[in-house]
Amino acid sequence: MQLSRSARIALRIAAGLGFAVIYVPLALVLVNSFNPDRSASWPPPGWTVHWWSVAWENEGARNAVWVSVKAGLGATAVALVLGTLIAFAVARHRFFGRGTVSFVVVLPIALPGIVTGIALNSAFSTVLKPLGVGLGLFTVVVGHATFCIVVVFNNVVARLRRTSGSYEEAAMDLGAHTFRAFVDVTFPMVRSALFAGGLLAFALSFDEIVVTTFTAGAGVETLPIWIFNNMTRPQQAPVVNVVAAVLVLLSVIPIYLAQRLSSDTATESRI
Amino acid sequence: MSASLPAAGRSPVRRLAGLLHRRPRLRLSLLLTAPLLWLGVLYLGSLGVLFVSAFWTTDTFTSQVVRVWSTDNFHELLTTPVFRQVILRSLGVALSVTLLCAVIAFPLAFFTARVARPRWRPLLVVAILTPLWASYLVKVYAWRLILSQGGLADWMLEPFGLSGPGFGLPAAIITLTYLWLPYMILPIHTALEQMPAGLLDASADLGARPGRTFRTVVLPMVLPSVAAGSVFTFSLSLGDYITVQIVGGKTQLIGNLVYSNIELNLPMAAALGTVPVVVIVLYLLAMRRTGALSSL
Repeated sequence: MQLSRSARIALRIAAGLGFAVIYVPLALVLVNSFNPDRSASWPPPGWTVHWWSVAWENEGARNAVWVSVKAGLGATAVALVLGTLIAFAVARHRFFGRGTVSFVVVLPIALPGIVTGIALNSAFSTVLKPLGVGLGLFTVVVGHATFCIVVVFNNVVARLRRTSGSYEEAAMDLGAHTFRAFVDVTFPMVRSALFAGGLLAFALSFDEIVVTTFTAGAGVETLPIWIFNNMTRPQQAPVVNVVAAVLVLLSVIPIYLAQRLSSDTATESRI
Repeated sequence: MSASLPAAGRSPVRRLAGLLHRRPRLRLSLLLTAPLLWLGVLYLGSLGVLFVSAFWTTDTFTSQVVRVWSTDNFHELLTTPVFRQVILRSLGVALSVTLLCAVIAFPLAFFTARVARPRWRPLLVVAILTPLWASYLVKVYAWRLILSQGGLADWMLEPFGLSGPGFGLPAAIITLTYLWLPYMILPIHTALEQMPAGLLDASADLGARPGRTFRTVVLPMVLPSVAAGSVFTFSLSLGDYITVQIVGGKTQLIGNLVYSNIELNLPMAAALGTVPVVVIVLYLLAMRRTGALSSL
């Protein structure tokens, strides 16, 4: 399609505006972390790095980061195992209910978090509480893993669909047994997909707030919960500004890693 | 084939491998047992119990759940004006967010996939992806900063004698659109990028002007991707209550109603929760028919 000169210019302007809309809010969060004032009024009256050192010393924020990391690692581990198992079943086998299985995997992320949250919450309190297991980090991991499975599944299944089973068959013809073929042939093929899926699962868990609200016990505060609890407290505003700015900066790392992996995983959708 | 060799005298690992190789059903059931226990029993089981509890009631004095089957909650849901209003408002919000996302995403994706120099395209995709990775709460917080009194929105509109929208329904729609925008841009970008250039040339050769090429060639090929993106923008908006709490002022959506009912009236919360679930499952099924889900 030969676009006219004016259409090109219009598209350029529209795209420029679009990128501005995407980036201005994030830039504002960064700028605001240097705001000496506690209010968010624009423009800021000056610059200071004082709040960055205050935030660094903040016990609550540090604990929350640590809890989030632990929950993320736990959920990612479970999701990697379960997501890979389903991906192999769906990609390498034909069976009754295959479509339903892929549908059920997507469901936890497609349904509103609040529904998943109260469902798990009432299940935990009716089944686990009598067994002496209260809500805590463990239940957070279980809740997060449930919706993280899909990202591992999607990455691995996409990779498996692109690589036929003939490599494994060739390995077996050469005398390798099922496990040998998996270790030497299949695993190297799906390794980067597993890494990308794990990365996405961790990021998803690290960011989750709704399911966490309903599966965390009283003492368990992840970073999003901490931010949410402190966002409306004027006293805490400067620390929240800095934590938010740090999160914006850190979000560049996973995108860099995902991009460094093979090109097919980087543009694959988030779920 | 190793499976045809006699099994005696080999290591247990090799014997197990041979057994798994000969019995694909056994292999399949070993693959599926753990995930199906997790998703089927734990997740679907919890959901099932939740939906059954939507048919229970609550003792108004003690807030205890009474396990007697009744459809009172759903009756109340459909007849109480407040509930109906909130449900319609939530649907309206989800649809407007989806529409806004599509309108904003299309020129952006068209630019990154077709207009920008090929060398720049991967970088531009990264530029779209990066905000996708930024934290949900941080993005909402950013809009709280922009829309707060004396914030960036007020400052920008002041020279025109206007002020920002403040916290309320428009703020919630703007923020939700911002949150889910990348989910719409990416599938559209992918579809536009994969579209063969020859098709566009052929259309032009046959005498179609750009407008007609756009309507009859580009749009039909991109619509399934818009549908795929809309699954996220629609369902994520329909269930949201955190954003509404932070920038929505006094606005109430279904999520907020569910949240405020959990403590005092769990069966009512469950009944309210079925509304977005039913809507989203219907939406997913409809989208599956268009083939949009396979491109997710």
